[in-house]
Formats: sequence, structure tokens, C-alpha cells
Amino acid sequence: MRGNFQISRIEFLITKKWGKRGGGGGEGCCPLNKDNNEPGDSTLIYRPEPGRKRLGGSECTAEREGRKAMANKLISEMGLPRSIANDALSLTEFELMELLDVNLKEVISAVAHISEIACPPYQTALSLLEQRIQVEYLAGHLPTRLEGLDAALCGGIPFGVLTELVGPAGIGKTQFCLKLSLLASLPSSYGGLNGRVIYIDVESKFSSRRMIEIGVNSFPEVFYMEGMVQEMAGRILVLRPASLSEFTESLQQIKVSILQNQVKLLVVDGMSALVTGEFEQGPSRQHPFAWHISFIKSLAEFSRIPVVMTNQVRSRSSDEASRYSFQVQSKGDNIEEITRSDSHLVAALGIHWAHAVTVRLVLEARSGHRFIKVAKSPISPPLAFPFDVTSSGIILLNNDGIEMAGPQINTIHHQGSS
Amino acid sequence: MTVLDTPLKPNINCQNSFHVGAQTAWEMLREEDMLTRITTSCADLDNILGGGISCKEVTEIGGVPGIGKTQLGYVFAILGFCINLELLLLLRGNKNYRIQLAVNVQIPAHYGGLGGKAIYIDTEGSFMVERAMQIAEACVKDMLEYDGLLRKDSQARQLKMQPKELLGNIFYFRICSYTEQIAMINFLEKFVSEHKDVKVVIIDSITLHFRQDFDDMALRTRVLSGMALKLMKLAKTFSLAVVLLNQVTTKYSEGSFHLSLALGDSWSHACTNRVILYWNGNERCAYIDKSPSLPSASAPYSVTAKGIRSLASNSKRLKMMQALD
Repeated sequence: MRGNFQISRIEFLITKKWGKRGGGGGEGCCPLNKDNNEPGDSTLIYRPEPGRKRLGGSECTAEREGRKAMANKLISEMGLPRSIANDALSLTEFELMELLDVNLKEVISAVAHISEIACPPYQTALSLLEQRIQVEYLAGHLPTRLEGLDAALCGGIPFGVLTELVGPAGIGKTQFCLKLSLLASLPSSYGGLNGRVIYIDVESKFSSRRMIEIGVNSFPEVFYMEGMVQEMAGRILVLRPASLSEFTESLQQIKVSILQNQVKLLVVDGMSALVTGEFEQGPSRQHPFAWHISFIKSLAEFSRIPVVMTNQVRSRSSDEASRYSFQVQSKGDNIEEITRSDSHLVAALGIHWAHAVTVRLVLEARSGHRFIKVAKSPISPPLAFPFDVTSSGIILLNNDGIEMAGPQINTIHHQGSS
Repeated sequence: MTVLDTPLKPNINCQNSFHVGAQTAWEMLREEDMLTRITTSCADLDNILGGGISCKEVTEIGGVPGIGKTQLGYVFAILGFCINLELLLLLRGNKNYRIQLAVNVQIPAHYGGLGGKAIYIDTEGSFMVERAMQIAEACVKDMLEYDGLLRKDSQARQLKMQPKELLGNIFYFRICSYTEQIAMINFLEKFVSEHKDVKVVIIDSITLHFRQDFDDMALRTRVLSGMALKLMKLAKTFSLAVVLLNQVTTKYSEGSFHLSLALGDSWSHACTNRVILYWNGNERCAYIDKSPSLPSASAPYSVTAKGIRSLASNSKRLKMMQALD
């Protein structure tokens, strides 16, 4: 085929130019084989983002396995090293012409061919839907057993995306996580996912005693069975990273074990503690968690498990942006601004993070009651449910929910203890 | 409108432009008249957009998390399929539009009833197919309702459309890196030429990979603007609407922090139209931040189980107008 010939030619020329062997041929190859490039070739060097470089080649393993499960093909499996695709696609046509010493026509058709290969195959939304319904247990949701919330979320915590719990200290985020861990590890005959749970406990808040207490009170029929307490507790694996680098390391370790060990839920409790203070609103372009965000997202997606994360709150600083410049110009009212900055709390991880999560549940205390609010969800209307924390964990006081208008669904009140 | 309404004389000279590939402004005007638009399914929003997002153009939509960007994406993906002119007429329920639409009705009959397909490019991995199904169901229900309203005579044409069929017409691509994203956009031209009935391309979001995987900003700017040009060309060549969803970031200017769309200043030149979704008190609003042909304006909308709709009070008025018709 003409196109294939052109690619191998480009590949050949690029590798020749750099004076080293690329990972050509049919072998899947590491996308980062350019890292050991000589720095002299400054115009050609693609600089990977630092986090990615740290990861090394193993990153593509988990991706590849996950993708295989989705019956997709990675670029590297198709005999085209990713780095080549990378260069061919981020350079301009003229740069390529100069580099390869071929004419424009040839470059254009080669780039078109590389693009076609590098582009992933499509699915129709219908086949996606059928796949979710037929293949996945419980149509891809982990029920929380909080009826109103499950109904609002179309069955519970969705598989394959991030769900976030935001709220002030002591409101019940960890309690919620403990209960979800139990639910994921319960046998299928009792409505669980019958799998293992990885619980990344950043702030050392995980309590086995409390978890078993919740289990005994919520599912006595399971927990009074011989040996079941040990079995259930044995399915939950707790990791306690103490720093950002340790956290990064454990993430990399679990990505393989998730696929191998029947892990059905990943909980990351208290991640924001790792960067508290480091992350301030300001001119810094790169979010300290940028790599982690996309890594956890891809982990969730490729393994198709629910991922639940907690986020702390901090008080809103006075110069916090909440408006666009056109809004300020058109109004110029400062009154609302002042009342807004009153005593509101905001999620500790900023706006970049908030874009990444698919479902956000806000837990708050207002006039003596606790509420759980569906603040961001592609499915649910903005509902608030009063809840309480009891010996059997979180329970809803009523299942109907109060629909909330406007951005107050996002505000986080904390009255009572402050 | 009086000047523009002068009937077009059959002018052969128009065809003979002296430079191959160029168009005269007059020809462009005629072409604009023939422009189809995809409804947002919210009358107020359509109003400020001049009838919906325009085919042949690139429209960028941005807003804070949870404001409804992705929801709008789904709506376009589904309504792209039913650029049903009758539906448009009724959804708007606004008499002024009828005149304008009378022109548009002449648009090729092959998608008078059932329109194009949609390409949904998901870079974030947050496509919720259940939600798309909900919107498709609501859309089919609406269409049946409007169909009944239109054809009161008994020879009611059976609308055989099923929500599942709508979903079957959405091509979903999952993009995992910026390399794939560039490749995807290069490949789109070929894909669309093989699937000529594609009428809308949605990228949700354009931002993610470019926001985090780059530290060479000059390269980023160049790659992004290259992508924008390719998308514009695609929109023009195949008369399809391109919708880019963008995230929000904070920007420091004139002594204070403001929200602004991500990817920086040079990117803000890249799109033809830019719509910002924001909270105005308790209302969700859309603001036209940039458009070569529309005045800047804002309109409220709401996100409901059915998708994007007008605020409750306004839609009541709409219903009444339909009942009167």
C-alpha cells in the first residue's frame, strides 16, 4: 500500500535524522522512546509533560489492557510508534518537508494517512448504550442504598467516571466512603458488586472498627454469618500515602492491580490535603494535580469502575473570581459581591478540578440539618436531601429531595460547629 | 431587511468571479440566506443566536463546571439529526421567524424531514449515554406531539423514529491524548466525506489535553490555531456546524481576578462565535461574547430532564402561542 510505504518512509527518515532506531515494525513500542534524544535537535523535540515522563513506559500497559477490554486498538499496536505520530502531527507541513526532504504532496498524504491510523475507531452512542446495559452489572451503577439519591442518579454512583464528595470537616464524607466500600464488597446476592476495594486514605481517617459497625448495623444478615466479617474486611485494601510523591507512586502501582484483582471500587479520601497551601489561585499555569486528574480519570474509564473522591473546603478568599469581566462591566454592583464573600466555603481544589469530575455531591450543614446536594450531575436535577449519620452510616431523612434553583446548589454552608 | 429583500436578479456575472476559488460578497450573502441552523431547543437562546447555532461555522461554548455545557452538547448531537424544519418552526413559536424560515424551507429536501448525523468527540471521558437517551426520548416525544399538531387531518404521517435510532446516529469517538485529538481533526475531513449526512461535530472539550500536556506554549498556540483552521474549513466545505466546548479558568486583569475561557488570548480569536454560559443570580444565562454577525446579548435558559429549555414562565407563553395557532 502506498500509504504504508509513506509512513515507513517518514518513520525511517525521522529515525535516520535522529541517528537512532525507532521502535518501528509491528512491535508495540513505548511512546516515550524519544526521551533519550540529543538536546541539539531543539526544533524537533517534543517535550512530554513532566508527570508523564516520570511514569515511563509502563503507563501504556494499563491503558492498553483497558483498551483491549473495550475492543479498541492503540496506536502502538498498529505498528506506528506514537512518537512518530506525535511529530508528524505537531509539526507543520513545511517543517516536515524540510526535515524529510520530500515534496508537499507527499507530506500531505502521509500526514492524512498517519492521522487516519492514529485516530481511534468510533462507536455509535447506541452501541455504547447497549454495551452498558447488557454487559455491565446493575447497568453500570453502584447503588448507594439511599433511595432518593439512587433514583436521582439513575441507579447510584456511575461506573467509569469520577464522583466527588465535597463538604466541611466532620460532615460525613468518610462515613459515606466507608459505606460505599462495604456495598462494593458485598456479595452479589445481597446487591453488592462482590469485588475488592482500594481505599486511598490520605489523612488516616479510615476506621475498620467503624466500618464493621456500619456493616453489622446495615447488613446484619451478611455480617452475622460465620467468617463474613473477616471476609468483607479482607476485601478492602487501605493505602496511606503521606506525600504527593507517595500518592503518585501508589496510583501507578494500583493501575495494574485494579485490572487483575477484581477491584470494583476506588476511593480516594482526602486528596486535597496533599496540596493544601501549595495550590493557590494565581498565575500558575499548571495545576499540581493536572497529571493525577487525568490519570485517575483514565483509570476509572478503562477499568469501568466507580471512583469516589473527597474534597475538602476552604473559606473563599475575598478576591476570588466568580464572574466574567463582561458581567462586572454591565452591572457594577458591589453589594452582591460583598454578601457573597460573606462566610462561604468553597471546594479546596479549584475550578480545573471541578471540570474533571462528572458527579459532584455537596454535603453541608444548614440551620441544624445536614443536607446532601447533587451539585453537578449530567442526569440528576439539582436536588437536596436531608440526611443524618447513624450507627448504620448515612441515612436519608426523606427520599423526595428539595429542588434547588440557581447556584445555591453549589454553595457549602457550615453552621453549627463553627 | 428591505435592502436585503430585493429579489435576486439572475446575474450570470456573479458566477464568473475573476479569481478561481474566490466568492463575491453578494454570493456570500445569498449563501448566508440559505444557511440552516440547529436549534438549541430553547426559544430564548435561539432568539439571540439568530435561530440556533449556524451550520458552516465554528461555535465555542464555555462555562463553569455544572452549568450545562455537556448538556448542550448532547442536545446538538440529537437535534442535529432532526433539523426538521417544521419542528424548528414550532419550537420557536415566534411569528417573526416564520418569514425568515420561509426562505430556509427551500433548503434541500433530503433533510427536510430527517436530517443529519452527529459526531461526538469526547476528550474528557464523561459522556453519559443514559443522559443522551433521556434527551432523545424527550425529543421524539416532542416531535410526535408537534407532528400531531401540524397534521390535524387524519392522514397523519407515521413518524417511525425511535430514541434508539437517534442514538444510533451519533458517532462517538473517545480521544485520550492530544496526539489523537490532532489526528482526529485531520481525519474528520475524510470521515465526513464518507458520511455525508453528518451535520454537526461536537468536541467536548477542546481544552483538556491541551491544558495539561503542554509546557511549550508556542507549540500549543500553533497546534491549536491549526486545528481551528481545519475545523473552519470542515464546517464550510460540508455545511456542518462545529461546536467546541471549553472550560473556564481564572484570569488576572485590571487589578482583579475574572473568570474567562481557557486556552488563552490567542485561542479566543480562533472561533467564529463564542457563547459563555454563566450564572446570573439564580438563572442560567448564555451570553454572546463574540460573533461577526450577531449583537452581543444574553438570554436565560434552564436545564430540565428533557434537555435545554426556556425558563418555565417563558415556555408557558410559548405553549399558549402554539395552542392559538
